[in-house]
Amino acid sequence: MFEKLQAGLYEAIRTLAGQGKLTESNMREGLRLVQQALLEADVSLPVVKAFIEKVSQEALGERVMRSLRPTQQLLTIVYEQLVALMGPVDHDLHLKPSGSTIMLCGLQGSGKTTTAAKLGRYLQQRGYKPMLVAADLQRPAAIEQLQILGEKIGAPVYVEKGATDPLVVCRNALRQMPALGANVAILDTAGRLHVDQALMNQLAAIDRLIQPDQVYLVVDAMTGQDAVNSARAFHEALTLNGVILTKLDGDARGGAALSVKYVTGVPIKFIGTGEGTDALEEFHPERIASRILGQGDLMTLIEQA
Amino acid sequence: MGLLDRIKQGLKKTAQILQTDIRDLFKTRGRLVDQAFLDELFEVLVRTDMGVQAAQQLVDQIAQKYRNRVIEWSEAIEEIKKGLKDLLRQPESPIRFASQGPTVIMVCGVNGCGKTTTIAKLAYMFQSQGKKVLLGAADTFRAAAVEQLSIWAQRLGVEIVTGPQGSDPAAVGHRAVARAIETQADVCIVDTAGRLQTHQNLMRELSKIHRVLGKQIPEAPHEVLLVLDATTGQNGISQAKHFSEAVKCTGLVLAKLDGTAKGGVVVAIRQQMGLPVKFVGVGEKPEDLLPFDADSFVDAMFAES
Ligand SMILES: Nc1nc2c(ncn2[C@@H]2O[C@H](COP(=O)(O)OP(=O)(O)OP(=O)(O)O)[C@@H](O)[C@H]2O)c(=O)[nH]1
Ligand SMILES: Nc1nc2c(ncn2[C@@H]2O[C@H](COP(=O)(O)OP(=O)(O)OP(=O)(O)O)[C@@H](O)[C@H]2O)c(=O)[nH]1
Ligand SMILES: [Mg+2]
Ligand SMILES: [Mg+2]
Repeated sequence: MFEKLQAGLYEAIRTLAGQGKLTESNMREGLRLVQQALLEADVSLPVVKAFIEKVSQEALGERVMRSLRPTQQLLTIVYEQLVALMGPVDHDLHLKPSGSTIMLCGLQGSGKTTTAAKLGRYLQQRGYKPMLVAADLQRPAAIEQLQILGEKIGAPVYVEKGATDPLVVCRNALRQMPALGANVAILDTAGRLHVDQALMNQLAAIDRLIQPDQVYLVVDAMTGQDAVNSARAFHEALTLNGVILTKLDGDARGGAALSVKYVTGVPIKFIGTGEGTDALEEFHPERIASRILGQGDLMTLIEQA
Repeated sequence: MGLLDRIKQGLKKTAQILQTDIRDLFKTRGRLVDQAFLDELFEVLVRTDMGVQAAQQLVDQIAQKYRNRVIEWSEAIEEIKKGLKDLLRQPESPIRFASQGPTVIMVCGVNGCGKTTTIAKLAYMFQSQGKKVLLGAADTFRAAAVEQLSIWAQRLGVEIVTGPQGSDPAAVGHRAVARAIETQADVCIVDTAGRLQTHQNLMRELSKIHRVLGKQIPEAPHEVLLVLDATTGQNGISQAKHFSEAVKCTGLVLAKLDGTAKGGVVVAIRQQMGLPVKFVGVGEKPEDLLPFDADSFVDAMFAES
């Protein structure tokens, strides 16, 4: 797939090589290929269209044709715009020293429970005392999973056996926070579909009652075109503060990063790069942009052109 | 509820979206099939995650037949449906049962795609066909994976073979098959840990499980099902390729089709690799599994809600 994108962009660049300046007509074919390449990278269609629009505006604008050759210029603009759309970064978790709450939410299987433990570890390394809250009362063995992970990182896990209302669990957990010696509570909520109104209402109710300092959407990096729909629905229900993109250790190109950032406007905070509790990295738009474009190889291709 | 109705219900949201999209192209009764029209049609199709290639193929079919003519809604929809049905058509392929002794089914896929839940659903389905089922919990890696499958086994009242956390998953598979032979179970379903297809050591581990399952029954595993998350985009193709290389998959299960994701990536996988879709998952309960049928699937995608 990487090859495909590169071939597409390479083709786009080749058509432009040796032409005097970027005009609407000589860019058309190139931009069409860029569009196709982004679609193959799973960037959602409305986002692709907005992106192409932006790129073509930039390319026709004043900055065009100073010192660079048109080929290099289009690539630079494509890259810059990718970075711009996925940024700006904000790695600060905005936690209060007095005690804070982070709520994780997302579709089924996106990686919430694993990410809860990873975040816990990340916070421990920065001097915080996190606790994990088992607010998924739905999935079989969700509580046991969180308990095992909590043990692994050495953080307390708040569990209410036999509880049926996650709202009650969250409220009680926060009351217990001082007794458990914690100053950040990480809520692991059940996975849910954005079209499941009852479960979305439940999440919104937890949000209203608990008023978490940070609400993060956990998104699978392999997500395709539907990323815009689910992200928008979660953002509408909860007002997200950040996004965590998981499973980037595979060969997913991560086009969802672009899509989700575009529809929610909230910063992407972290990426997940493995199943271990230490496989969490701060998000850098440049890296994902390069990943989407296969930048290194592409530069070589241009030089050879 | 009949099969078609169940699928229709599962795909209702999908159908609504797809229909409004295509309907929008037909503000008046007929429309001239020109490039703008074809571009819009292409966009509608790409949004299903079927990929650029498959979408282009369908659009080309329409173009060939109708370019510069005025086309009616029903004509266009029939043409697209026909194209999709042709692409997805497959020989009637239920589970290949062993001629004698237990039928062994191995289930694999990337992290969090829905393997364990699908196994619960399959077990439920076989039980309702009067078959005796045994489960093998060969995910000895993920936190509480064994507990999760054990809870399902208990709920369904089927026997389960487990091993200690961190133990050799192939050994668990081996013991599961042995136990299935011993207890004269009809079906033995083996769960495996989620893994990204690019992690070579984990893929080798999967091949080993596959090999070991055939030690006591030469034909086993009779089915190797690859579970695919319906929200997955083009990475699904890479998943199908790599998993098939490692364990020679016999079919796909498309899980989580109850959201708004259209699962169109199976079109691309079918087109490029010929892997049939055997079942679709439309919820988190044991009964939320349906046999895949291309015609009803496509009809449901476009059916009046
Ligand atoms: N390779 C890889 N696997 C991950 C990553 N994050 C999570 N996983 C795996 O993805 C699977 C699902 O993760 P969970 O944390 O259980 O996901 P969840 O969102 O809590 O799932 P539900 O509670 O069922 O909705 C597990 O197998 C995890 O080990 C990651 O960054 N990389
Ligand atoms: N809505 C919906 N959720 C599903 C479906 N199938 C599975 N799930 C949910 O998806 C999440 C992950 O499912 P699992 O069966 O644990 O997935 P897995 O592939 O075994 O995950 P790992 O073993 O961690 O790789 C759970 O919350 C399931 O309840 C489905 O068809 N529809
Ligand atoms: Mg979870
Ligand atoms: Mg599992």
